[in-house]
Amino acid sequence: MRVVSDVVCPFCGCLCDDLELEIEGREVKAVRNACAIGEAKFLHYGKHERPRPMIRRNGELVEVSLEEAIRKAAEILAEAKYPVLYGWSSTTCEAIRVGLELAEEVGGVIDNTATVCHGPSILAIQEVGLPGFTLGQSRHRADVVIYWGSNPWDAHFRHLDRYSAFSTGRFQPSIWRRALARLLSQLAERRMLRVARRLLLKMAPAPKPRMPPVEAPPEVRKLIVVDVRRTRVAEMADYFLQVKPNRDYEVIQALRMLIRDYELDVDEVAGIPVEVLEEVADILVGCRMGVLYFGLGLTMTRGKFRNIEAAISLVRDLNARTKFLLIPMRGHFNVTGANTVFTWTTGYPFAVDLSQGYPRYNPGETSTIDILLRDDCDAFLSIASDPVAHFPRRAVENMLRHPLIAIDGAVTPTTMMADVVIPAAFAGVEVEGTAYRMDHVPITLKKVFEPPEGILPDEEILRRILAEVRRIKAEGVAPEAVALGAG
Amino acid sequence: MGCLLIKGGYVYDPLNGVDGERMDIAVRDGKIVESVDEREAKVIDASGMIVMPGGVDIHAHIAGAEVNAGRLLRPEDHAKDVEPRTAVRRAGVGYSIPSTFTTGYRYARMGYTTVMNPSMPPLEARHTHEELMDTPIIDKATYPLLGDSWFVLEFLSRGMVEECAAFVAWMMWATRGYAIKLVNPGGLETWGFGGNVESIDDQVPYFNITPREIIRGLCKVNKLLNLPHTIHVHTNNLGKPGNYETALKTLMCVEDLAGEGERAIHVTHCQFCAFKGDDWATMESGAPAIAKYMNMHSHATIDMGQVVFTDTTTMTADGPFQYGLHLLSGNKWINHDVETETSSGIVPFRYKRSSRVHATQWCIGLELALLIEDPWKVFLTTDHPNGGPFTSYPRVVTWLMSRRAREREMERMNERAVRRSVLPSVDREYTFYEVAIATRAGTAKALGLESKGHLGVGADADIAVYRINPEEVDPSRDYRAVRAALERAAYTIKGGEVVVRDGEVVKSVDGETYWVRVEMSEDAWEVIKGEVAERWSQYYTIRFNNYPLTDHYMAISHPVVRKARI
Repeated sequence: MRVVSDVVCPFCGCLCDDLELEIEGREVKAVRNACAIGEAKFLHYGKHERPRPMIRRNGELVEVSLEEAIRKAAEILAEAKYPVLYGWSSTTCEAIRVGLELAEEVGGVIDNTATVCHGPSILAIQEVGLPGFTLGQSRHRADVVIYWGSNPWDAHFRHLDRYSAFSTGRFQPSIWRRALARLLSQLAERRMLRVARRLLLKMAPAPKPRMPPVEAPPEVRKLIVVDVRRTRVAEMADYFLQVKPNRDYEVIQALRMLIRDYELDVDEVAGIPVEVLEEVADILVGCRMGVLYFGLGLTMTRGKFRNIEAAISLVRDLNARTKFLLIPMRGHFNVTGANTVFTWTTGYPFAVDLSQGYPRYNPGETSTIDILLRDDCDAFLSIASDPVAHFPRRAVENMLRHPLIAIDGAVTPTTMMADVVIPAAFAGVEVEGTAYRMDHVPITLKKVFEPPEGILPDEEILRRILAEVRRIKAEGVAPEAVALGAG
Repeated sequence: MGCLLIKGGYVYDPLNGVDGERMDIAVRDGKIVESVDEREAKVIDASGMIVMPGGVDIHAHIAGAEVNAGRLLRPEDHAKDVEPRTAVRRAGVGYSIPSTFTTGYRYARMGYTTVMNPSMPPLEARHTHEELMDTPIIDKATYPLLGDSWFVLEFLSRGMVEECAAFVAWMMWATRGYAIKLVNPGGLETWGFGGNVESIDDQVPYFNITPREIIRGLCKVNKLLNLPHTIHVHTNNLGKPGNYETALKTLMCVEDLAGEGERAIHVTHCQFCAFKGDDWATMESGAPAIAKYMNMHSHATIDMGQVVFTDTTTMTADGPFQYGLHLLSGNKWINHDVETETSSGIVPFRYKRSSRVHATQWCIGLELALLIEDPWKVFLTTDHPNGGPFTSYPRVVTWLMSRRAREREMERMNERAVRRSVLPSVDREYTFYEVAIATRAGTAKALGLESKGHLGVGADADIAVYRINPEEVDPSRDYRAVRAALERAAYTIKGGEVVVRDGEVVKSVDGETYWVRVEMSEDAWEVIKGEVAERWSQYYTIRFNNYPLTDHYMAISHPVVRKARI
């Protein structure tokens, strides 16, 4: 048995790098420090079916050699006029660099999952900027932590205790005891009410979710949650603002007014009493250093990038009074890396059109979903992603109308519907490489196992496709030139 | 690789005292040699042209977290300036913050072959190096930001200079860095809670140390480690009226630390810290005072940080300064605080001729370059992209070489600024020899790059050939010809290979990444394994073992080995 320590978890944008694995042969026996998902990712390693290199012939996927699958993929891409190369957020930066070169070579569109995720956040950043930070700042200094439209308890499990309210920093203590006590008391209260209701034959009124404020001692970290539903984090929070769905924008603007000392002439904003907002505004202004984490609950609800613009403006305004910063809660472990590599190579973070020979960027026109809905592309490459399962139905229908190449380590709906399937090694388990944490801190993923025989890393697969595309193009040009010369 | 012979050019090689003599330069296997067999060698006819060592830029933000955040922030900057792909070139975009490939090509086109990337948050060193890997042709190095690192502050506040030196040496290795960079020392730590320090003797909250002690401490560390460059300082109070006094105090505070003939400090983009006056209304140039000081002392070098009137993107690690600039301009603002180490900020900015402050800034940069008599002390930069993009260097050269060019610019500028400046009365015009010092020889010497910046035997064959005849062209009158020649080198040779011909990239090669490997005693390493490793997890959110880079992050690694005195 061997023990590997300081392993980086290739699951979410937290990129926890303190995992410890106990390994026997090709099996992980125990995982320490990880969250449930990170643990499962390693414990279930090698227990799922891996795809084989396949090509669709007469409607059936037929197993072929890896070389043949790569050649077929290269042929499709070399022939295509306007291919889309999509995915990238769950692979290494090294692979993404090759991907960009390939996209340039085939003159297509390259896009990452931000296009259906934090794309609007990026648009807002391009409008108004981003007062951001690395997560350690939040751990050491933040005395106000806000989660807005994001539920770390279920999506970024260790975010709270590694980076924010429950972490112990140089200038701020952890508040996990207080939060846990509150959670337990609320659970107990609810259980009692349930029992009481049953005993009293449902005579008692349904328990009304207690609105804030709940007393928090001054000078100590405060946790504020804004969400449309009462999540676990909301139950632990010092303040929970239950906003009516799709009305976050109003709350943000109300807070902006309050911190600029305007009076609000209404009783409530989006379901939140004005007194509560006033109290929260006081806390925001009075803190020493506050952080706001926003999730898709803010990015993808009504208003989209306007919501984020407002949130950034709120934080920017707060800096006139105190120190306040915000960052988005990024999902895939390397979606930030995909944005980063795209940006240094092409100047733009996603939805980059290289069909003119230079990078163009116009989300809404050059973004994957829009291209698919217009049925503009004539080939689609999906790497480290599963668009068939997640894209709108009409987009998928159009995608499947044209050749589809899937490069993935797992069997997914996309690999099942694809015309060419190329199995890949798992980044962060079988492949070493760079990934960027949600706050842009780059970390080197560890290689824990050798990939199975004949399964290559994404980077190597892309290099081979690129070489093959170049060969086809060089060959393809030659006969034409000869013909022209003869004519 | 083969041989190369550059025949009959007017050679400017200040480090070897060659001033415009017509000579041949021979190259074999990427190095300059005494002679090569003319029949074997590829011959470049440089008659009627200027031959110089490849340019060495001491300070240009070309890669890393803040540069890339700037790219992300400014799609409007990219759409107006695109570079399509060719058979040898990758595609790219960007005017003030070009994408990585474009950066490499554009430097090579101007005859530059070595560029120093001056601010790297150590925690994000991988990012900087990944970008440098994707920056072709030029050689590069990068300076980790160490002036606000908690370990540095704590060691220095306890007077543990040797322990601090051990930590810095480890950091140089862990981040593959080249020189110690200080940005607003003490101020960035204070910015963590939204504050700033206001003089070099202010206390840094919680750390019981002042900026003066940080500067002096790291200067001592620099000497102990025998690093090739001096400390590279972005002063406190940058961009504030009256800050020339801070700059002078910063220069003075390390006077006693330089040995005879040694240098102790490099104050970078000095233009931004040479403002006189009490507020923006009374702001004027403090350059004469700084120039006077520089003329009387030899322990310091500076670079200009020249302003060019254009639309650009400001980016520094100086978070509080950038926030101030955001308030001043109302433009969009990115801030990025890096735990335990530093911060950074980005604000797009346009320098206007009509603005008195901007015009004064323009004058300050040139005053510094022209009033400091010794060209080995002041180097040409625009603090790319803060004063303007690096592609405007040829214009800056014409202002240095031609009084007429300066006058023409001043005619179009804010009159009050010009009236209050001494610049109109300055007659000095740089010669090609002095330009070669300010753009390659002087910088290479200040950086301790022994095989760069000259054309002596054994030097790297990084050569720039410009299509201009110094015997026929008077740069004072014909400055437009000079600018045109410098913008598009006739030939740029990198490591003995022709990479640019007639201003077009004809071949793309990988550049080397320079970094310093310090050799020190076993005892010194114990500090890292002991105190640093023990406290690491309390300070950082990534593990000690996951922090250092591997050589995998450099296209070609070029360690410079130095022996430390610890």
